[in-house]
Formats: sequence, structure tokens, C-alpha cells
Amino acid sequence: MKTHVFSAIKLTLVMLILLSGIYPLLIWGAAHLTPDKGQGKRIIANGQSYYKNIGQTFTQGQYFYSRPSAVSYNAAGSGGSNKGPANPDYLATVQARIDSFMVHNPGIHKKDIPAELVTASGSGLDPHISVEAATIQVKRISQIRNIPEANLNELIRKHTEQPMFGPSVINVLALNISLDQLK
Amino acid sequence: MYSEMIGIVFMFTISLLLAIPLGKYMAKVYGGQPTRLNRVFNPLEKWLFGISNINPNTEMNWKQHMLAMMIINGVWIVLGMLILMNQSWLPLNPDKNPDMSAHLAFNTTISFVVNCNLQHYSGETGVSYLSQLFLQFLQFVSAATGMAAAVVLFKALKDRATHQLGNFYFFFVKSITRILLPISVVIAILFLLEGMPMSFEGKEQMVNLQGDTIQVSRGPVASFVPIKHLGTNGGGYFGSNSAHPLENPSYFSNMVAMIAQLLIPFSMIFAFGYFINRRKMSWMIFGVMTVGFLLLAIPNIVQEVNGNPAIAKMGIQQKLGAMEGKEMRIGAAASGFWSIVTTVISTGSVNAMHDSTMPMSGMNEMLAMMVNSFYGGCGVGLLNFFIFIILAVFISGLMVGRTPEFLGKKIEANEIKIAMLIALLHPFLILVGTALSSYLYVNNPEAYASWLNNPGFHGFSEMLYEYTSSAANNGSGFEGLGDNTLWWNTSTGIVLILGRFLPIIGPVAIAGMLAAKKQIPESAGTLKTDTTTFGIMIFAVILIVTALSFFPSLALGPIAEYFTLY
Repeated sequence: MKTHVFSAIKLTLVMLILLSGIYPLLIWGAAHLTPDKGQGKRIIANGQSYYKNIGQTFTQGQYFYSRPSAVSYNAAGSGGSNKGPANPDYLATVQARIDSFMVHNPGIHKKDIPAELVTASGSGLDPHISVEAATIQVKRISQIRNIPEANLNELIRKHTEQPMFGPSVINVLALNISLDQLK
Repeated sequence: MYSEMIGIVFMFTISLLLAIPLGKYMAKVYGGQPTRLNRVFNPLEKWLFGISNINPNTEMNWKQHMLAMMIINGVWIVLGMLILMNQSWLPLNPDKNPDMSAHLAFNTTISFVVNCNLQHYSGETGVSYLSQLFLQFLQFVSAATGMAAAVVLFKALKDRATHQLGNFYFFFVKSITRILLPISVVIAILFLLEGMPMSFEGKEQMVNLQGDTIQVSRGPVASFVPIKHLGTNGGGYFGSNSAHPLENPSYFSNMVAMIAQLLIPFSMIFAFGYFINRRKMSWMIFGVMTVGFLLLAIPNIVQEVNGNPAIAKMGIQQKLGAMEGKEMRIGAAASGFWSIVTTVISTGSVNAMHDSTMPMSGMNEMLAMMVNSFYGGCGVGLLNFFIFIILAVFISGLMVGRTPEFLGKKIEANEIKIAMLIALLHPFLILVGTALSSYLYVNNPEAYASWLNNPGFHGFSEMLYEYTSSAANNGSGFEGLGDNTLWWNTSTGIVLILGRFLPIIGPVAIAGMLAAKKQIPESAGTLKTDTTTFGIMIFAVILIVTALSFFPSLALGPIAEYFTLY
């Protein structure tokens, strides 16, 4: 019994050195050999280094909107709404988002609004939207910025990422940075 | 949607193809046979054993194994409480996060020691980097504890009569040095290439494109996440777990994480077959588990891809499925699939918020944890399944009128008593916990108003899910539940301890008792336990035990919610 206790304490200490010391330092060292240097993927624009994978809030009409977020895209934290699918308050929120989207995007059909634009993501930091979610905003942005719709559609096409497996997505931040550079 | 389906099949197939050779390798490691990697690992292990004064070749019986396991787990609990309650002044705390309260530290330590990783805190605000590194240590050792316990079972079922079942420290240390650590390094490098952060700097402040000031949490993520999945732990570095775009940056990283969590539970099944020289037994077990897994996973994928009917009624399009709580880069199909992988296995990491999944998906997630042995966690999945094998042997023995025996060992009253107790413990913990909480809530809804994030049936499901996840040592949650309170921290903490150690000690005790018995040679009258027929028998036992125990509570939660929505 006594020998077990001492062995357990000593084994714990050496394992701590191995698993909480040597192993993370090894990975930290390896990180410096990778392109991102362990700092996450970045986009440099306007003299700022943004996280490509951390979504940002876009509520101004001149930008492509990002998805609703339960944490307002402040990456000091993260989280989803955790609302159940039949929760009446939640369904009212979604309905309000649809109505607001219709007001800000005159001339579109309700049946074309993709659900991801009116539902919050799991992390609250989702950096992406779908191609349809971008396309449906073209008319509004074209009017506000005075850019022909065709140019915007071309921009969307250029920013569409189709991985080997999985859904095709558009990085909203990268798209909006290019949008600012368009004129 | 087509490429998403292919992606799912691809993930499952790769896991299986990797698991078969890995299982063979693991059988060699645990059997003490030389492998090509001896030259690297022998000196390291010699150093570890030398400092700790352990002779890894001392044979132990099952009781000595369990004693060694309980003592070292006790050391981790004490150490964990100390660190989490003092993290504010300990080093590596750039964000100046505060100490944990005693009950939160109790819950967190227990939950990481028992391989559950139920998290009643958020990584960004609740722990320091030192605590994260310590939790990462627990993720390794708790997985290795489960694996070592399962190997005791392997040893016991080898065809001979003995009390000597190898050495606990030998199995434990080798699980880490030769299996978990090297694979974690490989996965970490893949994650780094996908842009997962690995730094020790605190939160970064920045101004976003629209001009608002925000902060971005970061830290040593890339070393934490591999073992989180490989060790079927599931505790997120960040609050939103694998939904967080720095913890799971792409569809590719999602696939790697998925394969990582399937890998060890699959391999353990094959290692078992190689170890006891009955490979057909592995395939029987794998077959039963896979049928159960698919019966849960396919409906979830269909439900999530079809979307929320209440939102469809509003007249918008849901081509991509139900997107509340889901991430674009992962999509509804892979999120639905993951929600079952993470619950059949005791990982409990989430890449979409389970609280917002469709009612039947939520039910399947709970059912997966209620069964808790379709694959199951590192090592413990097989131990849980062993209980069902013993029960199935006993029932079939009674049906055909023969003495029940498994692998040439007679199953007698004592073994059956233990198996029954363990099988009943799981529903007992879940249902008693949920019933007590419901009682408290119903009698004082104002005092406990912060508990539930959703009204009605779904609110009940949030409580049921929490205890199911705790008893199954899973760690996922219907995260809307306001669970950082004295009641939830202590009650689930107690459920966690009982739900971990009794289901390990029970099966190991049965195995130890069987090992000591005389081997009965196989004859024409022996009940064959590696056939499809017997597989169906096990499946029926599992189905009856879970259906009878849990159906009433599921009817009050997800099933009732289903009928309000459709």
C-alpha cells in the first residue's frame, strides 16, 4: 500500500514532466516550423493582422453580412444559442431576423433566404457563409456601393472554396476585404 | 450534399483500416513482445520506471491491479484540486483568470480524471494555461487508465487458469509512451498545418474591419486537441469545443479529429482478438457495435440534413439542413454524424451544439450514452460490452439448458451478480439524478430559474442529458443548462466517480474470477460465442436493458418534443 502511494506520486511527477512539459514544448517548437508559426491563419489588411478563421461581425449594409452570433463575434469567449428547435422565443427571434433581412434587402424572395443567415453558429465565431448566402446580398451591396452586380458575382466566385470533401464555403472577412479594395 | 456523404464514409473506412494494424501492434505492446520501436521506447520507459521505483514485471492479481489504479487516480484528484483552486497566482496565467470555486474544481478534476470532461467552465475565462496543460496531462493518463484496465481483461481471458494478470504500471505506461503520445504528436502536426494555434501569449486585442474592438483567446491549443480526441476525452480547449474555428479550423481537421476518436476504441477490439488469439471474436464484437452505431447515426444525419420543420414553415430555404448551432465549414451531415460518434464513444467533444439538434437526434445522442458500449471509450467501452456478453451468455445458457460458459470458463452466481449490479447502476445513476433535479426544479422554479435554457420538454431533456453524459463519462452536454452551481457540480461529480470506477472494477473482478477457474475444453455442447447468432443475442440483451430502463424518461423529453414539432 505504502509503496503504491510513493510510486504513484513519483510516476505522476515524471509523467507530468513528459506530458505537460516536454510534449507541449515539442509541439510548440514544431509550430515555429509551420507556415503560420502557431499563431493561426492570418489575413493582413489595413495594417492589421486579422485571424482568418475567426469570423467578424458585419452589420453595415455595405458589407456582406456574416451569420448571427450568440457572442457577437467577440472571440474572448465562444458559444451557441443552445436554443431547442421548438422553443417559441427562439422561433420568434428567427422570424424577426427574416423580417429584418427582408427590409434591408428589398427585391429578394423570402424563399431564397438561406437558413444559415438567420441561425446562429455553434461557436458564435463562424467565419464562413454559403455561396447562396453571399449571392442573395449582391443586389443590396451593388446599390449601396454602386458596383455592377456582375463584378460582385465574380468576386463571390473567386472567393468560393470547395474542399475535396465537405460543403463549399466563402470566408466573409476575406470577401469583404476584397470588396473594400474593389473600387 | 453528395461530397459530404462521401466524406462520412471515408472517415469511417480510414478509421477501420488504421485500426486493424494498430490493434495488432497494441496486442504486441501489451504482450511485451518486441516491436521495431523498442530502441526508442525502452530507454524512456526504463527512465520512467527507474525514477518511480517500479518493477514493471511484478505480476499482480485483479485486486492489486485495482488498488494500484485507485491510488494513482487519487493522487491526480488531490493534485488537480490544488492546481485549479490556486491557478490565479500560479505561473502561465496571462489572462489573469480567477481561481475555481471548490465545487467547480471538484467537478472539473473528477471529470478529467474519469475521462469524462464534463465542463462547467469555459476554457477562455475559467482556466489558466497551466491548468490547461495539467488537464492535458489528465487526458493522457485517464485514457491510459481505461486501456490498462481493459488489458487486465485481455490477460484474464487468455486460455489458462491463473491469478497473475500482468502489471498495472506496465500496461499504463506503455499505453502512453507507445500508443497515445506518438500518435498525438503526428495528429498535432497535421493540426498545426491547418492553422491551429500553439502559443503561450494571452488574449490578443484587435479592431475588426467594422471598427469594433474585440479580443481573441488563444494558447497551447495544438497540443491539447489531439489527445482530447485520441484519448476519447472530449474536453474542449475553448468553450464551444470543436465548433470553435481555432480548435477545428477546417473540414480536414474535422476529419482528422473524427478518425482520432474512432481509432483507439476500434483498435482495442482488434487488439483483444489478437491477444487472446480469437480474431473471429473481434469481428463479432465489432459487428454488433457497428450495427448499433449505424442505427443511431443514420437517423441523425437524415434529421439534421432535413432541417427544422418550424423554420421551414417560415418560408425560407434550408438546403444545407438545420444550421442553428452548426458551423458552415463542417455542415449538417458531418455534424449529425459526429454527434453520434462522440456519444457512442465516450468522447463528448462537440462540433455543433447538441442542445439545438432536432428532437430525435437529441434522443439518439442520449441513447448512445445510455447504451455506452457501442465502441465506447478508451478501454472502458470493451469492459462495458463485456458485461453484456456475460448477461447474454447467462440468458442463452438458461434458454438451451446448459451451464453458461464463456471462453471455457464457467459463469456462476457471483459473476452474474456483479454483472447485474453494473448493468443496473447506469440507469440508477441517470434516473435518480434526473428525478432529484426535476423535483427541486418543479418545487422551486424561481430559485432555479437559471438552470434551464429552454421551456417544456426540452428543458427536461437538458437535465436528463446532463446525468446521462455524467454516468456514461461522456462529457458532452445540452449546454444551455446553467450547470456551474453547487448542486450540479457536486451531484454530477458524484455520478461521475461512481459511473467510472464501478464499471471498471466490476468487469475486471469478473474477469479475475474467471481467470482463476479451470479451463473446460470445448465440445460439441459448448455455446459458441463468436457467431452471428450470439451477436444477435447480445444485441437483444442490450436493447431490452436500455429500452426498458430509459424509454419512459425519453418519452417525457425528446419524444414528446418530437410530437410538438412535427
